Amino acid sequence: MNFPGFFKGLNRTFASLAMAGMLAAAPQAVTAQEALTQDDLVAPVPEATPAQALDGVDPAQAADVADPDAVAAGSDAYTPMAPTEGKGMPVQGGWDVQPQFSPTGEYASGLHVGLIWVMVAISLFVLALMLYVVIRFRKKANPVPSKTSHNTTIEVIWTVVPALILLGIAIPSITLIAKQYETPPKDAITVKAIGYQWYWGYAYPDNGDFEIVSNMLDDAEARERGEPYQLAVDNRMVVPVGVPIRLQTTAADVIHSFAVPSLWFKLDAVPGRLNEKMLTINEPGVYYGQCSELCGARHGYMPIAIEALPMDQFNAWVRAQGGTVAGEEDAGIDTDPSLPPTQEPESAVPGAPGAGAPPVENPAA
Amino acid sequence: MATTADSFQAHHEDHAHDHADHKPGFFARWFMSTNHKDIGTLYLIFAIVAGIVGGAISGIMRAELHEPGIQYLQFWAEFMGGTPDFDTSLHMWNVFITAHGLIMVFFMVMPAMIGGFGNWFVPLMIGAPDMAFPRMNNISFWLTVAGFVSLLFSLFVPGGTGPGAGVGWTVYAPLSTSGSQGPAVDFAIFSLHLAGAGSILGATNFITTIFNMRAPGMTLHKMPLFVWSVLVTAFLLLLALPVLAAAITMLITDRNFGTTFFDPAGGGDPVLYQHLFWFFGHPEVYIMILPGFGMISQIVATFSRKPVFGYLGMAYAMVAIGVVGFVVWAHHMYTVGLDVNTKMYFTAATMVIAVPTGVKIFSWIATMWGGSIEFKSPMVWALGFIFLFTVGGVTGVYLANGGVDDVVHDTYFVVAHFHYVLSMGAVFSMFAGFYYWFPKMSGRWHSELLAHLHFWGFFIGVNVIFFPQHFLGWQGMPRRYPDYAEAYAYWNEISSYGYYIMAASMVIFFVNLAYAFTAGRRAEDNYWGEGATTLEWTLSSPPPFHQFSELPVIEEHHSHHDHISDPRPATA
Repeated sequence: MNFPGFFKGLNRTFASLAMAGMLAAAPQAVTAQEALTQDDLVAPVPEATPAQALDGVDPAQAADVADPDAVAAGSDAYTPMAPTEGKGMPVQGGWDVQPQFSPTGEYASGLHVGLIWVMVAISLFVLALMLYVVIRFRKKANPVPSKTSHNTTIEVIWTVVPALILLGIAIPSITLIAKQYETPPKDAITVKAIGYQWYWGYAYPDNGDFEIVSNMLDDAEARERGEPYQLAVDNRMVVPVGVPIRLQTTAADVIHSFAVPSLWFKLDAVPGRLNEKMLTINEPGVYYGQCSELCGARHGYMPIAIEALPMDQFNAWVRAQGGTVAGEEDAGIDTDPSLPPTQEPESAVPGAPGAGAPPVENPAA
Repeated sequence: MATTADSFQAHHEDHAHDHADHKPGFFARWFMSTNHKDIGTLYLIFAIVAGIVGGAISGIMRAELHEPGIQYLQFWAEFMGGTPDFDTSLHMWNVFITAHGLIMVFFMVMPAMIGGFGNWFVPLMIGAPDMAFPRMNNISFWLTVAGFVSLLFSLFVPGGTGPGAGVGWTVYAPLSTSGSQGPAVDFAIFSLHLAGAGSILGATNFITTIFNMRAPGMTLHKMPLFVWSVLVTAFLLLLALPVLAAAITMLITDRNFGTTFFDPAGGGDPVLYQHLFWFFGHPEVYIMILPGFGMISQIVATFSRKPVFGYLGMAYAMVAIGVVGFVVWAHHMYTVGLDVNTKMYFTAATMVIAVPTGVKIFSWIATMWGGSIEFKSPMVWALGFIFLFTVGGVTGVYLANGGVDDVVHDTYFVVAHFHYVLSMGAVFSMFAGFYYWFPKMSGRWHSELLAHLHFWGFFIGVNVIFFPQHFLGWQGMPRRYPDYAEAYAYWNEISSYGYYIMAASMVIFFVNLAYAFTAGRRAEDNYWGEGATTLEWTLSSPPPFHQFSELPVIEEHHSHHDHISDPRPATA
């Protein structure tokens, strides 16, 4: 299906309307067949150039990004989880990192606390030395300056001691990096986050390769749902909790960055590249993030929301999206997920719409 | 050849004897200047003008961020000739952040530090009559001005979703190539070409001057630390800027001539651009701070009435920072998808820089230790620098950890960090240097009271602006956002109040300038007294139009610290 692929380069209005229409037309579990029908309707119009997509917008269209109709589509099989206040989101006046809900995040936040102590200690030490010096050696207190201009011992000390402190930091720091780069087990579920100007697409290549389009909710809609404005989205990236996920990122147009502060996770989505990192989420919940690489006008309006669910609920959600669950039926895909996505010939033509932004969908699906 | 040059020199000397302080007419003096002091003055005026523009833009940004939602961007979109629709308004935000970054880096800090103070005081401190290539000095300045004009011009032409280049000061591809239609980005890039060419010429000029025109007896190890700092900076410029020039030239050809250096559809790679940019960009941050280090060393020694502690360690710490600064660039790219070994290497290499930086901080404190400290305005700014730079330095060590960086990369924590080292490091050192040398350059005294008031207003203001931004970053607020979730409102509001305090202190600065030029009393030759021992203090304030027609001689008994005392046993 891969319907967002067809939206690439489309006029924003059309994309929003089409999506709203699709979701309204299939409020219950959207099947692959139904979605394909919608795709066929949309397919003939991807001729709009990127220029039109960039220039031909007005405020009314902008409001369509989070069309209330589009998000009204519910499902008996899956109801979006209500976020927990203060979990997976920033808090007013908060001055520390958000509480962590991934194993690497927990390890990193320990190192973070240690580093805060080092930073505070060094700053206060320097401040104390300075205060002592300016009081003890002010002109009135010390009218005749000394002539000391070097002292090898102290110079060696203030070179070696900081080096040792840095060594002490480097050991846990390198350990953290090693943990963050652990490769996911072979059977880990792959989720591919694809950055578009200006929304995210989430593809599930291990589950029938369907793709979710995730747009920001407008203010009123977010409040109605009890979610934080500018973080809430219409369709969340749903993942299983407690198991390693192979999270891949790429982008269709410019560089975006997939970032979720409460999971200590940030990975750039670069056109033409497939970045991959393992992500494990400790407990069910909603975890918000935001695009973290300047990507154009609406950079601030393409948030990320991850919903972590127990495996059975995740599987139910997958089925509701028309996807397949491993071991139950043939996913219909036999391509190696580690391979880069195949390119559509039209887009490879230099100067063609979308050139420079190879399609990210798998045409085999 | 040599004969010609000599006869020209002799001829010139004849006139100089007749008119010791002969100055050309207004146009020839200020528009065709070959005098290092006049060019330095031009650079300083230029930097102040650019600083007003860049600082005003940050005011627009802090006003917009005062509360959640989009408040003023529609107005600015319309003001700049666009339509006040949603995307154009947001585009204006990106234009502001881009312009603020480029202006402050290329047209404020660099011209002030290197062009302004470097031009003024490197020849004076080494006892040279002028720079090695006076005409090249002139073209360096005017190229910088042309670059600024090109950047300002870019604001008024289409740049994709609105007028102006909205790509960030890093100009990342593909946002800056396929992502931004219209000539604005081309003008912004061309602006960097011009400013970069000016800086490369300036760097060669400084290197030649420092290597060849030092007064007799002034060995490299007797040079003032400010001259050392400019020498290291000039080498960084010379090695780093051509890489930037190459990278942005490739951007231009990708944009306009069908190449695909950074376009994966043609075999290119967007990450390649980032490697090239940061290979320049990281040395660039040391380019902006090293001359500040030099000025702080001069000032701390002067007002402690003591030679700089550990002179050689200080000089070679700057060399070490310069060298290591070239091999740490990818710490700006921790999240692009580096492989594990690369990330570990850059983590370790980046942390190493803290060692020479720590040597400098401790050496400044040791310089004051046992001194007889006078708290004149330059010294107060220098003390502010040392502490705030330390704070910016320790957050730098925090960010150096690639694994930890994942949570704060591209958030306000990074914004807070680099403003602590630049807006408080570089800028504090520039104000310290300004108050230190202003009477020398102008011949008139500023008000010390106003300079102190300026300090306290600025000190409180910038801390209120930027300290809360650490918290915003830890809470996850990304950079370059015109609007934010409700939860970020508290610290953003405080941060904006800080801006208003800082802006008020800048009014004091300009009042002080006006006071100095209208009512300021005349400055003596060496107005800081016995602590000021470098060659510029042997000259009148302001110095004669041409100085050192008879070269000063650095005697055996003179140390690195003292170039002017009468013969007596060496003290160092």
